[in-house]
Amino acid sequence: MSVSFGEIETILDRFPPQPEHLISALQDVQAKLHYIPQAAMQAVCEHLGVPLSRGWAVATFFKSFRLEPRGVHGIRVCLGTACHLKGGARLVEGLERELKVSRGHTTKDLNFDLDTVNCLGACALAPVVVVDENYQPNASHRKLRKVLKDLTKA
Amino acid sequence: MSAKKAKKEQDKGLINFAINGQSVQAREGWTILETARQFGVHIPTLCFHPAVQPIGSCRLCVVETRQNGQSRVVASCITPVQAGVEVLTHSEEVQNVRRWVLEMLLANCPASRRIRELAKEYGVTSTRFRVEHPEDACPRCGLCVRVCEEVVGVQAISLGNRGIFKEVTSPYHQHSKDCVSCGTCLYVCPTGAMEQLFDQIRG
Amino acid sequence: MMGDAMAQVSTARKLEEFRLPNAEALAAYREAILAQRDPNRTVIIVCHGTGCLANGSPKVAAALRQSIAGAGIAAPVIPEIKTTGCHGFCSRGPLVILQPSGLFYQKVKEKDAEEIVQTTLMEGRPVERLLYVDPRTGEPIAHDHEIPFYKYQQRIVLRNIGKIDPADISDTIAVGGYQALATALTGMTPDEVIAAVEAAGLRGRGGAGFPTGRKWRFATENVRKHPGPIYVVGNGDEGDPGAFMDRTLMEGDPHAVLEGMAIGAYALGASQGFIYVRMEYPVAIRHLSLAIEQARALGLLGKNILGTGFDFDIQINRGAGAFVCGEETALIASLEGRVGEPVPRPPFPAERGLWGRPTIINNVETWGNVSQIIEKGSQWYSDLGVPHSTGTKIFSLVGKVNNVGLVEVPMGISLERIVDEIGGGVPGQDRFKAVQTGGPSGGCIPYKLKDTPVDFDSLTKVGAMMGSGGMIVMDQRDCMVDVARYFLRFLEEESCGKCLPCRLGLKAMLEYLDKFAQGQGSPQDIEELQSLARAVKAGSLCALGGTSPNPILTTIQYFRDEYLAHVVDHRCPAGVCKDLITYSINPEICNGCGVCARNCPQGCISGEKKKLHTIDASSCIRCGMCMDECPVDAVMVE
Repeated sequence: MSVSFGEIETILDRFPPQPEHLISALQDVQAKLHYIPQAAMQAVCEHLGVPLSRGWAVATFFKSFRLEPRGVHGIRVCLGTACHLKGGARLVEGLERELKVSRGHTTKDLNFDLDTVNCLGACALAPVVVVDENYQPNASHRKLRKVLKDLTKA
Repeated sequence: MSAKKAKKEQDKGLINFAINGQSVQAREGWTILETARQFGVHIPTLCFHPAVQPIGSCRLCVVETRQNGQSRVVASCITPVQAGVEVLTHSEEVQNVRRWVLEMLLANCPASRRIRELAKEYGVTSTRFRVEHPEDACPRCGLCVRVCEEVVGVQAISLGNRGIFKEVTSPYHQHSKDCVSCGTCLYVCPTGAMEQLFDQIRG
Repeated sequence: MMGDAMAQVSTARKLEEFRLPNAEALAAYREAILAQRDPNRTVIIVCHGTGCLANGSPKVAAALRQSIAGAGIAAPVIPEIKTTGCHGFCSRGPLVILQPSGLFYQKVKEKDAEEIVQTTLMEGRPVERLLYVDPRTGEPIAHDHEIPFYKYQQRIVLRNIGKIDPADISDTIAVGGYQALATALTGMTPDEVIAAVEAAGLRGRGGAGFPTGRKWRFATENVRKHPGPIYVVGNGDEGDPGAFMDRTLMEGDPHAVLEGMAIGAYALGASQGFIYVRMEYPVAIRHLSLAIEQARALGLLGKNILGTGFDFDIQINRGAGAFVCGEETALIASLEGRVGEPVPRPPFPAERGLWGRPTIINNVETWGNVSQIIEKGSQWYSDLGVPHSTGTKIFSLVGKVNNVGLVEVPMGISLERIVDEIGGGVPGQDRFKAVQTGGPSGGCIPYKLKDTPVDFDSLTKVGAMMGSGGMIVMDQRDCMVDVARYFLRFLEEESCGKCLPCRLGLKAMLEYLDKFAQGQGSPQDIEELQSLARAVKAGSLCALGGTSPNPILTTIQYFRDEYLAHVVDHRCPAGVCKDLITYSINPEICNGCGVCARNCPQGCISGEKKKLHTIDASSCIRCGMCMDECPVDAVMVE
């Protein structure tokens, strides 16, 4: 993915050149580019006066940051306690089998990301799966298969 | 010691307390570890080095402090001395922590001779836990990262990731443009693990 | 969506015209808002909490709007539709409540809108099939305040949620918002505010339960010793799986948090505050941001608040996916743009926190209590609950309970009352097996301790912990070994990795639990695990590692037989641990539909159409697909 430096500059202009803005700046860059390309990381670190090693440490410590391009659609399976008790683990395993991808990774065709999340706070709907930004309450293999099929067709 | 005398000592800037029953004196701001070393009391450490700020992360230096009927387990390298406290460096609670940590270290840093020797000092010669990376010698003590930041000032390396995936590395596992090849990290590494990593970092 | 955002901004711009120069102006503004509202006008409330949102409540709201528009009701009488935060009764959503009567409709679908408008609005009758039916009596209950789930609660911190539109500050003002701030700023000294919080006995609602007033006092003493800035922080990094109290509060009544922080800032002499919100809560972030904008526009935040010379503003920082950042020193590191690694305490943040300055970090629910203490007085507050645990607490009641949702109860109420009277009991069973409180830091309370009062000290006495308020009900089909393992796995993923007892200890404890779950190991292993657990508890640098052994220690304490069944008998009595169970198909129930066989990834289910199907146990991987898909529940686990 080619990076438009103009886009990054616009984002960085919002932040005074202080190290404390590292996380917020990376979040805004990722919101725009869907992941953090290395060139963007370097730009952020330079602008804020932070060594690249610290940018790397922060981006790999906090699990919401992605240093590699993402898939077209994001699937997040909640593994909070209520969801676990209602079979969340089986849902992830089922998706891993069906999409042939391990959790935390993207399918070969770059169509789907499969991730787990530790509690979305929607426990009454357990087990919960979020596909793109849409919550699937009381998820089941059958319901998910249909949602994924519709997304692949589209 | 009478309360009056203790107060007099304190006014001189000296703080009186006890380590393993032995009376010791320290100055304001000293840590328990510094005081212990001053008085020849041995406390094991891994992540401590006089050239950098102590961070109390390896927890091998833990001691038990007893005061006013309360007992706590604290890292002696970062705990300032307090008047009248009773410090125990080898109590049952402390030994329990140390022995389990050393046994787990044997499984996670199997390639380190220094750790094997340290464990042996405390009667730990084998481990019941799974050894997944037989070539790993890095306890993630962070000394290399801290000297690179505090002493050398270039911050070429950092600890990336977290938890069991925590690792010492240069950004993106590539050669670091900030590294000046001074070798201080090699010097300060307690297990020699940095030798395996140095070439990747400096390029 | 874009249009909504533009509408919100223009509300803020218009609001600036009403900027309140003093406390009298606030009172006058409230009067003006109330004067414009007819208390008898029907307001149709459509819950837009995350649960109801996921179940389609926006479509319900849109359908209602459409039906009302088409019904040709005369202009002054047109009902208003209001979208609000979470009402708490999530298992019954989407919820629609008519005010002022409190007529309560549950599981409302888009297609019900027409009937609601016709039958209820036009003809004045309830739609019977949408009413809540008490499963114990079989009787319908028409009004929310009569439903046991609500009746036995005491909603103080949650009092406004479900009544106000969190995106419209005039709703908050109308119900008395910012009145307490005005009282504090114009009628009390900072010291009097701290004294009030101390006298009320408020204890932190984030998990540790430290006396809030005392913490504030430490901080002011430290500022006196070392003059300079002091900061206040709202901890909205609610990460305990199964807990959504803070999410509900931030989404549904953001001003409760802002006002509490402003009052605290006044007491402490702070001019800058931060709210740290998990990024997994985008609605909370949006509502808090809007609330801050609107409060600023009215002069309730920012410079010279209500003309008193008090400056205070709030910035929102988003979490980036690290549970450990709920720990206050890790949170501070994150605010400083660093990796979220805790540092040893002492020194505590009240002495040295953000940028080395005294910092007061309180959970957002704690902040949500402050305005009521000022408004109604510390005596009123301390009369609630029990001594040493005054006030109320919000819990998320989830798991194997009929009424899954958010509840607020006075401290000291028994566990059984919460699960039974409010929760409606355990579906299909007459009692719970255990209730887990305090998340990964907490413990499991067995049924035999059902009368345990739910307050800080009573819970600690039985080996559990109040924690942030997650309350997970478990039944006979939940395995306690599996539960302990689940929490350990969670923490292993979230450990910052800095200290050895936690980084290595969680992995080591998991090795034991994995062994047990596979039916391996010995009773000796259980003893060893307890010794290891003690080492992790004593040696860890922060509370994540330090409390991680709690689920293990309490489950061993109260459910040792279950552990022994795993290691000695190689059985999982609850039928959960994969290696110890077999799946089979009940010949009396199976109808031969073949859904199981079609879904089996191993292809190990065979059978003819309309005839009994069987599972080949030797190839079965216990993935659970057949059990999840079977339309007649014929798959058995033993």
